[in-house]
Amino acid sequence: MSSVMESKVRIQREDFSVTDEIEAMKKVSRNIGGIVVFLGTGREMSKGQNITKLSFEHYPKMAEKKLEELRLKAIDDYKIIDMSIIHRIGEIDIGENIVLIVAAGEHRKEAFSACEWAITELKRTTPIWKSETTSTGEVWVQDTP
Amino acid sequence: MITLKYFASLKSIAGKEEEQLDLGNETTVQKLSEILAKTTPQIGEMIQGKKILVSVNQDVATLDTVIHDGDEVAFLPPFSGGSQ
Repeated sequence: MSSVMESKVRIQREDFSVTDEIEAMKKVSRNIGGIVVFLGTGREMSKGQNITKLSFEHYPKMAEKKLEELRLKAIDDYKIIDMSIIHRIGEIDIGENIVLIVAAGEHRKEAFSACEWAITELKRTTPIWKSETTSTGEVWVQDTP
Repeated sequence: MITLKYFASLKSIAGKEEEQLDLGNETTVQKLSEILAKTTPQIGEMIQGKKILVSVNQDVATLDTVIHDGDEVAFLPPFSGGSQ
């Protein structure tokens, strides 16, 4: 895949390859000893209802800027070697990839911590919105458990 | 002219994705919310009640933030990216 790791932070319509992203991360440093991956995928049920369509919208420029800030803070605060973040937008089918965070550290502990912090922070600070369509209609999801 | 952008649920409340307003050389988010309270009361109330975020040129703003001619102001409902 030619687009892999062109940038460590990407918002894109097309799917991504988890394997390709991990392999690209492994090439960043020979000192990487642990890579933790978070993959968010489209879930079929929401609040007891079947989802028929998922869609993501973002605020271009601001969303990319927030993700890059988040990546740099994760590297700095958790002393990891590197992090990549990819988020898809547009319509996404159930079971498809939505978001990928790859955190690489010398040791697993900081990579786990950085990865968990990053996905929580992404949901809190990045202007990306999800709409879910069920049999009762389309709703913009506003809770972030 | 300033550009206003509405996202997600706010698009249907405002009835538009984007609009342009001429508010002179300089105003504030507070003053803009008062103007919007007259044309789109729900949006004005949400800004003043801090139910939504406002950004000016892609940076999160406060009610005191100054808006200059040519700026891009966006109204941002609570985010829900990622995966739950």
